[in-house]
Amino acid sequence: MKLKRKDLLSIEELSVEEISFIIETARSFKRVNERDIKKVPTLRGKTVINLFYEPSTRTRTSFEIAAKRMSADAINISVSQSSVKKGETLKDTALNLEAMRPDCIVLRHASSGAPAMLAELLDCSVINAGDGMHEHPSQALLDMMTVLERFDSLEGLNITIVGDVSHSRVARSNIYGFNKLGANVTLCGPPTMIPHGIEEMGATVEYDLDRAIRGADVIMMLRIQLERDRVPLFPTAREYADRYGLNLKRLKGAKEGLLILHPGPINRGVEISPEVADGPYSLLIDQVTNGLAVRMALFYILIGGPSESEHEAEEPDSNGKERGTA
Amino acid sequence: MQQILDDKAIDRALTRISHEILERNKGTENLVLIGIPTRGEFLAARICAKIEEFENITLPTGTVDATLYRDDLNLKDEQPSLKETDIPISIAGKTLVLVDDVLYTGRTIRSALNALMDYGRPAAIQLAVLVDRGHRELPIKADYVGKNIPTAPNQGVGVRLSEIDDRDEVLLIIKEDS
Repeated sequence: MKLKRKDLLSIEELSVEEISFIIETARSFKRVNERDIKKVPTLRGKTVINLFYEPSTRTRTSFEIAAKRMSADAINISVSQSSVKKGETLKDTALNLEAMRPDCIVLRHASSGAPAMLAELLDCSVINAGDGMHEHPSQALLDMMTVLERFDSLEGLNITIVGDVSHSRVARSNIYGFNKLGANVTLCGPPTMIPHGIEEMGATVEYDLDRAIRGADVIMMLRIQLERDRVPLFPTAREYADRYGLNLKRLKGAKEGLLILHPGPINRGVEISPEVADGPYSLLIDQVTNGLAVRMALFYILIGGPSESEHEAEEPDSNGKERGTA
Repeated sequence: MQQILDDKAIDRALTRISHEILERNKGTENLVLIGIPTRGEFLAARICAKIEEFENITLPTGTVDATLYRDDLNLKDEQPSLKETDIPISIAGKTLVLVDDVLYTGRTIRSALNALMDYGRPAAIQLAVLVDRGHRELPIKADYVGKNIPTAPNQGVGVRLSEIDDRDEVLLIIKEDS
């Protein structure tokens, strides 16, 4: 299986084979990260620009370390220190960055569809690191990889996603991904956070958390976005924790061997209690480890080949191949 | 297609290589076998079994996938799948015998050497191949060779091993369109 695309914009656009190929490649990179010398020369001479219009620690650091472990040069641009403050548009910023000939731009933006726009505009690869309420494909890939480390297949698994589904790009990417791999997805949260018609994406809605936990093999808690300033979707954090927070008491009704995921950063005591976050079922740290491997795999697959200027060039003959098996 | 080695000839070559490895290194001390996937891995396992038979010692045996160290990734439109690297012990200070099926340009060996260096500093690295078909593009030479098969540019060498193919044999292949 090969992946032939310039950009990674969404899970929606990926086939099952592509998802499996990325995860399988990521498994190899995970081993690189366990070595003493955690670096391979694969992307020597390539340049990756991380363009982040929203705050991020985990994702940005993960993409940066991923690029560096592959020997690419990684440059981080966070909007607070950039010309965006002077009023430059995303398009102008991107065209100017492209003039410096990067091989890949990793974009996080508050507007859904911003990476798709850049992908069309630019010759270099674009990776969506989260766009508005649309998708966060690298997160879903690392989530699928993490679950697949514990289960041989997602076929028939019951996966419950709990929280603010309406504003969550993580939820959307995961609904697509889990569905494609054959899992049954249940969404749970207060009605103000579950969009009408979400069932059409292929998910069941359950407003009662205790019922949503019962029978679940995997529970993914979404972060309550306390920083987003908008019409309140729930009365108080305490009340939210009371009805939709995951705690030890609630887990009493859960299946044996239940796995718990959270994309981070967590609000301890709001959507997840500290005992659960640090408990034996929690895979939060595995998710971060796998995230790095997934991003290395994405760079390898998307920009490991010829630079865009060479794309047009003729196919090299296979004489360089060592294998005589022809 | 012409058969150059059959199963018996392959087995004899591997027996001789195993003896040569023991002779050159004066025994098994400090030795580690490292196969290059896919077929080098099987050959390394066979050499390991033979040495076990002769000396009653099981050598540590691992694999190294050199894909990430290749110099032609830049030229490929599609990225090759990664294979497993599994080095069971620390290779620092050890004598490694790198095992592959066909030695050709030397570029795979070059990448494997670089990959191994990132796992530690071995005392020495030796190279064992089932077939040396010539046409080197780098100054690399095998220490143990099953069979030298001088090939013309329009010829290829195919190695089949019963572990993944239906039988053991080495074939000389004429490429049709050249």
